[in-house]
Amino acid sequence: MAKGISRRIWGKVVHVVVLATFTILLAFPFYWMLITSFKQNVDLYTMENNPFIFNAKPTLDHLKFLFTETRFVRWLGNTAFVGVIVVVITLLLAVPAAYALARLSGRWGERLGIGIFLTYLVPPTLLFIPLSRVVAYLGLQDSLWALILVYPTFTVPFSIWLLMGFFKSIPKELEDAAMVDGLTRFGAFVKLVIPISVSGILTVVIFTFTLVTQEFVYALTFISSESNQMIGTGIPIFLVRGDVYYWGALMAACLIASLPIAFMYNLFLDRFIAGFTVGAVK
Amino acid sequence: MAVVETRDLTKVFKEGQVGAVNNVNLETREGEFLVFLGPSGSGKTTLLRMVAGLETPTSGEILIGGQVVNDLSPRERRIAMVFQSYALYPHLSVYKNIAFPLKAQNVKKELHKEKVEWAASLLGIGALLDRKPRELSGGERQRVALARAIVREPAVFLLDEPLSNLDAKLRASAREELERFHRRVGTTTIYVTHDQVEAMAMGDRVMVLNKGVVRQIGTPTDVYDNPADTFVATFLGSPPMNLAEFGDLIVGFRPEHFRPVSTVIDAAVPFRFKVENIEYLGSEWIVSGTLAGGKLEGKKVFSRLSSAQNLQLGATYDFAVPQFHLKFFDRSSEKRAEPKAVSWQ
Amino acid sequence: MAIARNKIKSLGAAQSPLLGAAMFSPAVLYILLLVGGPFLLAIFYAFSDARIGSTEMHFVGLENFRSILQSPSFRVAIRNSFIFTICSQIIVIVGANILAISLEKTFRGRGIIRFLILLPWVAPIALGAIGWKWILDSIYSVITWVLVAAHMYKPFSAPMWLGEPRLAIASVLLVHSWRLMPFSTVILLAGRTAIPKDIPEAAAVDGAGFWRTQLQIVIPMMRPIISVAVLFGLIFTFTDMTVVYILTAGGPFDSTQTLPSLAFALGIQGSDLAAGAAISLFLVPLLVILAYFMLRLAHRAEVT
Repeated sequence: MAKGISRRIWGKVVHVVVLATFTILLAFPFYWMLITSFKQNVDLYTMENNPFIFNAKPTLDHLKFLFTETRFVRWLGNTAFVGVIVVVITLLLAVPAAYALARLSGRWGERLGIGIFLTYLVPPTLLFIPLSRVVAYLGLQDSLWALILVYPTFTVPFSIWLLMGFFKSIPKELEDAAMVDGLTRFGAFVKLVIPISVSGILTVVIFTFTLVTQEFVYALTFISSESNQMIGTGIPIFLVRGDVYYWGALMAACLIASLPIAFMYNLFLDRFIAGFTVGAVK
Repeated sequence: MAVVETRDLTKVFKEGQVGAVNNVNLETREGEFLVFLGPSGSGKTTLLRMVAGLETPTSGEILIGGQVVNDLSPRERRIAMVFQSYALYPHLSVYKNIAFPLKAQNVKKELHKEKVEWAASLLGIGALLDRKPRELSGGERQRVALARAIVREPAVFLLDEPLSNLDAKLRASAREELERFHRRVGTTTIYVTHDQVEAMAMGDRVMVLNKGVVRQIGTPTDVYDNPADTFVATFLGSPPMNLAEFGDLIVGFRPEHFRPVSTVIDAAVPFRFKVENIEYLGSEWIVSGTLAGGKLEGKKVFSRLSSAQNLQLGATYDFAVPQFHLKFFDRSSEKRAEPKAVSWQ
Repeated sequence: MAIARNKIKSLGAAQSPLLGAAMFSPAVLYILLLVGGPFLLAIFYAFSDARIGSTEMHFVGLENFRSILQSPSFRVAIRNSFIFTICSQIIVIVGANILAISLEKTFRGRGIIRFLILLPWVAPIALGAIGWKWILDSIYSVITWVLVAAHMYKPFSAPMWLGEPRLAIASVLLVHSWRLMPFSTVILLAGRTAIPKDIPEAAAVDGAGFWRTQLQIVIPMMRPIISVAVLFGLIFTFTDMTVVYILTAGGPFDSTQTLPSLAFALGIQGSDLAAGAAISLFLVPLLVILAYFMLRLAHRAEVT
């Protein structure tokens, strides 16, 4: 009896240690952001202080600074603005395309699907140079519209895959039945397929939004003035005055910007995985 | 010495709930083909998995070869198992699949080839050694699974409903192959199934389980002709035994023993039978209807006849059951009881 | 009903090609214009002397490539791109497998743990990187504090995590691995749950212990999904400029530059669009190779 029990206990201990190690390594920076946000500058910048405890009382000063003396709120607004419009554009482009590709089985559909897939392999760090010229040519430099124009290049391919997999799982018979009942194919698409696909579409909305908030290169390249920044670029660049890093406010901003995205992501994680592994796992 | 033995074996999955397996005691006989038979949820698979070491018992002991194995991992128990899906390793060739147990138990590499080829020839799959599992048919996969099981020359084979995934036609031939295999190899085998036809055809003994409790262990003849309780009586046989409540007793008789009076020679109990449905199955007829008159009025019963040409729907006939084919069960315990003289009228 | 079926088939068949084309053309057009076009432009610029702010542009042949290949910072950038990409991938694949094994069975608090370990991936890259910048700060680094408290270093003599070339490279590598780990873990976890439960059980009955089961049965079965995780991981790391930009801005002394960050430094900050374009084109060969493997993977998945 003892042998079995000790083996199981040992296994559990190893399991806990492994999990704890990884969790700490991965989540520690965010915990650190949390603590730093509430520590007084005096506490932060005294080398001898134990950084793991509050040597002075926790303070809301950094938050106050962040919200009143920086453009942080404006950046949040910018990001939300760009996010919403890009989501709309993405849905308008990707939903019909995904449906067409899902129902158009055969050479055509496959080839196009692969073609769209390949666009993912042309990264922003390659396109940003020519696109900066295009943006300047269109007179959109330092405008959020430049981002709105360009962001769908990476949100649309991903959304098409996600939705393709989703549409393929809807039985064809449903649309056939609708067409027998008198709807045209497009009518069946609008009146039947889209309402059924609400959760898939919602997933696309969430992920498009998170992709927008995470993007860095284009936001850095196209936007220059402080008030037009997105949070991904405004925080690292403009919360630094000269060479001085306002770490307290900086960390608070990072945390505030990251957590909502994290929550949304977690809710839709399984769909997200499906998007990446479509085809590889069956 | 029994190859596999369990003592008061119990498994409770969730505290406070009824156990999946409750106080099961069994002893296999050397070289026998023992069937665990029961409906889904009866605990037969859980019982098998505990013997294999894939589930830990809540209480009780498991012995293999006379040794208590509760603390031993599956690999230490000298058992082999064939899963319902066969669980062949898809990325390995048939040869490597069969060789895997040898590799895992650190058998010398030089011996692998010899043993794999022996197991393969025993099952007639020598030609398939280079193929991958996805290229094989259902029957071939079963044979590979068996080869993989036998290659280690285990003390016990455990089979978990290996025929359920095969289509009906294939099932019969695969079943026959399993029987032949067992006769040739002679290893003690425990076979789990919910199909009572399989159990009757294949088993040297059948252990009938329901809700984690053993209802009866016996030869196919025992469980069919002398069921220990009403559950066993109705689980075996299709259509099931006809049961009728009569006072503090339940009386049962099998459909094949319920025949027109004219065909019954021995002392028999008469019934009036109103025919309501006739099914022709080719080899026999299944006639269902209700009893008429007397205390059992309206009771639905089945009859199995080799010929029903003269029967008309809606008509009432004189049927009878030979006295010695009547089974009696105690109404409250549902267990087998002594025959009593009863009158129906 | 059979007649109605045929009628639909002809209706559907007649409508589909046109309707289908109409439905996906907007997306295809958009991508052609905003991805295909700029891609060709990048190639064009690489052979020109385009600059920011100037509308003049002349064809200069291979001049850009010649000067790039001679520049030491370019050679460092290529070297770093490969080091960061490959080393982080190795760390991540090993770590993610271990983590996926630990997360496979449900246990109390698994949801919270999953949330926590996902943070590096879901947070915007720049923000995670800034967090690390604070942790690796030359004066106030918490790591330094711990090491000093453990008497491994005297105060003020601790290493500059982002200031010394070797350490800076290690730091960038660390942050890349940290960011990628959750992504791979989650994909591998999905792959593991796709493996039928009875396969590892069969291996256990066959006599395989824990490690043999993992290394010889489970992980080989996960090959397609491991490939997905690796290929995407390679792309994400290889084409990223954010981590370097935020942590070290390519320094100290260009020692942590990568192809994308160098392209940005020269092309945008240095206004030399042509040089930037030329450097970023060096990303293409590896991406083509990765694309080839991705297509092969997708094709194999269709076949089996």
